[in-house]
Amino acid sequence: MIYFDNSATTKVSKEVLDSFVKTNDQFFANPNSLHKLGLESKKIMQAAIDQVAALLNVKPQEIIFTSSSSESNNLAIKGVLDFYPKRHRLILTTILEHPSISTTLENENVEIVYLKLDQDYHVDLEDLKEKLKLDPILVTINHVNSELGVIQDISQIGKIIKENSKAIFHVDGTQSLTKIPVNLTNVDLFSATAHKFNGLKGIAILVKKEKIGLTPLISGGASQTIYRAGTPAVPLIVSFAKALRLALATEQEAYNKIKIINNYLRQELSTIMNITINSPTDASPYILNFSVKGIKPETFIHKLEAKDVILSTKTACSAKEDYSKTIYQLTNNKELSKTSVRLSLGKDNTLEEAKEFIKILRKEIL
Amino acid sequence: MEKVILIKYGELTTKKGNRNFFVKTLTNNIENKLKEFPIKIEKDNSRMYIHYEDSFETTIINSIHQIFGIHSYHIAYVTKSDLESIKQDLISTLQEQTFSTFKIEVKRSDKSFPKTSLELAPIFGSVVLKNKENIKVDVNNPDTIIHIEIRKEHTYIYYNAYKGLGGYPMGIQGKGLLMLSGGIDSPVAGFLAMKRGIKIEAVYFEAIPHTSLEAREKVITLVKKLEKYTTDIKLHIVPFTKIQEEIYKNVSPNYVITIMRRMMYRIMASLCQKQKAKVLINGESIGQVASQTLSSMYVINNVTTIPVIRPVACLDKLEIIDLAKKIDTYETSILPYEDCCTVFVPKHPIINPTLEETLKEEAKIPNYQEILDETIANTFVLKTKENAKDSYQDLL
Repeated sequence: MIYFDNSATTKVSKEVLDSFVKTNDQFFANPNSLHKLGLESKKIMQAAIDQVAALLNVKPQEIIFTSSSSESNNLAIKGVLDFYPKRHRLILTTILEHPSISTTLENENVEIVYLKLDQDYHVDLEDLKEKLKLDPILVTINHVNSELGVIQDISQIGKIIKENSKAIFHVDGTQSLTKIPVNLTNVDLFSATAHKFNGLKGIAILVKKEKIGLTPLISGGASQTIYRAGTPAVPLIVSFAKALRLALATEQEAYNKIKIINNYLRQELSTIMNITINSPTDASPYILNFSVKGIKPETFIHKLEAKDVILSTKTACSAKEDYSKTIYQLTNNKELSKTSVRLSLGKDNTLEEAKEFIKILRKEIL
Repeated sequence: MEKVILIKYGELTTKKGNRNFFVKTLTNNIENKLKEFPIKIEKDNSRMYIHYEDSFETTIINSIHQIFGIHSYHIAYVTKSDLESIKQDLISTLQEQTFSTFKIEVKRSDKSFPKTSLELAPIFGSVVLKNKENIKVDVNNPDTIIHIEIRKEHTYIYYNAYKGLGGYPMGIQGKGLLMLSGGIDSPVAGFLAMKRGIKIEAVYFEAIPHTSLEAREKVITLVKKLEKYTTDIKLHIVPFTKIQEEIYKNVSPNYVITIMRRMMYRIMASLCQKQKAKVLINGESIGQVASQTLSSMYVINNVTTIPVIRPVACLDKLEIIDLAKKIDTYETSILPYEDCCTVFVPKHPIINPTLEETLKEEAKIPNYQEILDETIANTFVLKTKENAKDSYQDLL
């Protein structure tokens, strides 16, 4: 089987699963219990938190564990809005956001202002400077867009935000962490989840810089932090630390390999008549979005599936809509947006698989 | 250009007879502290040179700032002992320096060098003046003194000294046992004792189940933080529950703390003897709490003849807190776990206990010596170094 849906989720690595199982076995106690077993759970949890913080170059007390990036994104937006009730309820964002951002924003009583994008879909920095004058409470931007792989320069954006406003800067790093370098110097809030880098589902983080206030979504007793109640999921937290360490250790190596595969796929796909590549050339090499004219994407996906090749229409999180909003907004072309598919690579994919995929595509599908 | 850390012994000690021992201890401490780094230590009669690899400079300098006995040090540039090389390298090292007035000090120990120190100073002075803007010579009160030392094998160029941690090389004064409670004062007391060259071991009184294992973890963390300034610190854990419960059961509430401290001192004195420590050290600060008034100190100290060093005795609380922050123990110390000094605090501990009354109260526990002997026998050493390498590292 050729699995090209790694942006939806990745397969959990054996080492990560091992440490999850072992931690469950050896450290099952509640870390907030006063007894010896509790203390041992607390120690390993703290060691995991320290490791994650060190890998991200932030402080241990700045790590909040949640259940998913969606929860982290919700917590970031709702938590900030609630904590600073007197601030201007205006938020700057882009049309490239994940539904857990866009839907949340739409449901909140806030004014949403979209930033202008240039021809490669990057945030227009002059427009950003101009719109910061509106005194937004929050700017929320996807580091790597999940559908097209568009990369935003969060260091530069963060610098401009810090120099020109008092806005809080949230970055959704779900598709970027362990794929491309992440620098949190000018970022106040940062979401990421383990299952996108061969970790387990059900464990994610929100990095919250110390000086930022946040009202929890889930209140209750003592937990890992005061920002999210619930018995700390020690084995998941430990597995997160392990997955992050392993993925960061091979980040560069994996990137180089994926870049080669992506280049190959781009080249081959662009020679096929009916195919238009939607991802810009400087997008994350892990994501390749393209439209196939004259064939319904569902049919296309199922035909490939019959040949044991797995990829997605759009993002899994918005699979119910019949066209891609993002692509429509960007291209203003209904057909492209109705026929887009996303091929997303993971560190275990190989060039052979890509070649096999192209062979199947040419021979059997088109 | 190769650089070395230059440490002059001048300030190390005034007593010449001790110098060799001082230098040897300091060398050992430096070697120990930097054992993971490729360094080479060279010594002559008056100074020490630490050769290091440039890529480790920041870490090594940070470590130098954690070693007692180094009052100041220079970063010296090493160059060839010929006039042109010295001039060239002088120019390139100048660029990293900021000063507006300077003075040149040339020392020529290689007497075969063609020019004398007196002839060389103006030559180097004019090189400096030509190659840096807006500076002038001031021989009386210069911002920086540029030292150029010409030796046979090579020449050292160096500027102002950096301040080190000061104190005496750790270990030259023998051993002392530190009463480490987990509060703010005792880690600072330990730090200051180490500064005077005392090798410390820590003693923690534990009253499980009245105190928690978290409180012990806190003490372990404090020990690790103090270990930055030495090699390793043994942590003795005293199971104090039994004697503490006896005191609480039998003694009048206002004398509970007085008697408890006397028992602790007795245990400490006996541990000192066992561990061949010459003094006991604690974080008592005059007047801070009821057991630290002069009357209390008199009554409590009365149980032993062993010297008690109280490094923070005359410091204000805020001064102690400043030091605690400086040595990075403050944040740990304020974690809210009960220790055995806080867990049984009576409402009105006596401020001015008398020896007579104390002895009467103590007599209410006729078998205390027996309990103390048992407590001392059950005291154990917790190796914090091993503790750090917990079994779960492979899970992360």
